Amino acid sequence: MSERATGPAIETSGLIKIFGKNRALDGLDLTVPAGTVYGVLGPNGAGKTTAVRILATLLRPDGGEARVFGHDVLRDPDAVRGRVSLTGQFASVDEDMTGMENLILIARLLGYRKPAARDRTGQLLEAFGLTDAADRQVKNYSGGMRRRLDIAASILSTPELLFLDEPTTGLDPRSRNQVWDIIRIVVAQGTTVLLTTQYLDEADRLAGRIAVIDHGKVIAEGTPGQLKASVGAGSVHVRLRDASQRPGAERVLSKALDAPVQLEADPVALTARVAGEGIEHAAAERAARALSELAAAGITVDDFSLGQPSLDEVFLALTGAPTRNDGLAPIDNPATSEETAA
Amino acid sequence: MSATTTETSTTYVPAAETLSAVMAPGTRPRRPSALSASITFGWRAMLKIKHVPEQLFDVTAFPIIMTLMFTYLFGGALAGSTTEYLQYLLPGIMVTSIVMITMYTGVAVNTDIEKGVFDRFRSLSIWRPAPMVGYILGDMFRYTVASLVILVVGLVLGFRPDGGAAGVLAGVGLLIVFSFAFSWVWTMFGLLLRSEKSVMGVSMLVLFPLTFLSNVFVDPETMPGWLQVFVEVNPITHLVSAVRSLMGGATDTGEVTLVLISSAVLVVVFGTLTMRLYNRK
Repeated sequence: MSERATGPAIETSGLIKIFGKNRALDGLDLTVPAGTVYGVLGPNGAGKTTAVRILATLLRPDGGEARVFGHDVLRDPDAVRGRVSLTGQFASVDEDMTGMENLILIARLLGYRKPAARDRTGQLLEAFGLTDAADRQVKNYSGGMRRRLDIAASILSTPELLFLDEPTTGLDPRSRNQVWDIIRIVVAQGTTVLLTTQYLDEADRLAGRIAVIDHGKVIAEGTPGQLKASVGAGSVHVRLRDASQRPGAERVLSKALDAPVQLEADPVALTARVAGEGIEHAAAERAARALSELAAAGITVDDFSLGQPSLDEVFLALTGAPTRNDGLAPIDNPATSEETAA
Repeated sequence: MSATTTETSTTYVPAAETLSAVMAPGTRPRRPSALSASITFGWRAMLKIKHVPEQLFDVTAFPIIMTLMFTYLFGGALAGSTTEYLQYLLPGIMVTSIVMITMYTGVAVNTDIEKGVFDRFRSLSIWRPAPMVGYILGDMFRYTVASLVILVVGLVLGFRPDGGAAGVLAGVGLLIVFSFAFSWVWTMFGLLLRSEKSVMGVSMLVLFPLTFLSNVFVDPETMPGWLQVFVEVNPITHLVSAVRSLMGGATDTGEVTLVLISSAVLVVVFGTLTMRLYNRK
């Protein structure tokens, strides 16, 4: 492990992958520094999983280059395989086998001899809180337990680079927090983590840098702070005491924030995007002003919050188009339309 | 079948000390040998049989039914008596049953691909064919079970081979060697086809003509000339002749050699195709 931390963990240039008529990757350029959590953010079908599969040597690219710790994924796949571990979108464990059997299997395949494989498996089951479930078939595990076993299998032999492909999709909040804690501990041990996610919030909490990808290309890259600044501060969410005051509140908010206001399904709720000038506290100030203007207009506010921009808002700001997820209808915002050309 | 436990996941809090301790970079073990990796995958196949014992149904009930059905269906008509016919039929029905259950190798490969665990295997630094060899090693156990089941049924019904225990053992051994080789056809289809159903469909399409258009049930001399040509080149015919000769105590070295050669060819051709697909998947 002495050669670690020299040069980037991942470098791709012009990576292309075509499935039929679909260009899943259309010239992807990524540089992931070693020893960090790097977030790859994008909607379904953006190319996140395709990129991970190419980097883990599971898929051959149709063009471009990809290197992991300097080793080309096509020319030297075995050197790459020896350094990476993969936790895919679908749990990479055998449902019919028990938790312990799964770990022993992977330990043996990594080259541990039988007694060492057993020891290692015992330690990991303990560390991941799965000792009680060790002898149960994985198909009887909860989603969170399955995910933990999956990550345990990935760090059986401490990898230099760990791919986590949407590790929290489908998990309940508590299990998601556990996974986040685990990721933080893993990266603190020096492992580089490539995390793909659909949630800006998740990338923001864990990643040192984030690449936003869409249609197989990187459309923005930077620290979470830079990314959010380029997007705006997010949305103001307001809940009124009295539904009859909503038309008045809508007028006050849209004037104070100079932005269209969306009426939520809940008759007392309103949402407005704060078109920040790129500087966060300016947006916060405007939100605060809006709050005092609501009070001045005699409107009773039960709850007021300034939320982070959602992935939809990030995409709206970066591409002028909403994500292709069938999520929220985009809020029509003329301020960002000039960026459409990008 | 216990209920999913949620209490374990709700009480679990990842502890930095314990997790860091298990991640402490020890020396990475050396990559396992080709043999060790293959045997590990074979062990997995055995565990799966242990956890899902229903899958042994195919290798027990199916051969029993085949043996009973054909013995009593054709015995009287073809050989005058069922016991008489059994001496001719049993080696053939054993070959047919075992060759037919080789297709489950393809089904197992195909169902695994659908699951994430296959990706993990492919991303490990191990001898590339090891997962495939592992499937087949596990299946060889199934072939052995099926052979024994048929043998026992045969003995009960009156099968008395002249080759004795040694001859029968050699016959079963040769059959398993051939089945190991033939399974590579199914690993290829398992990787090639999109669904379990299509794997089954193609398997049937290949297996029915291959096993029935042979010398398993009747002497080829009664068949029309064009069919005899096919029967003569069909590797199953040679396998049946070889197994019959071994069990009958009059070893036909030529046929046995032919079977061993065709096994080697099957492994080289379909093993290569399988690995090409596996690497490009």
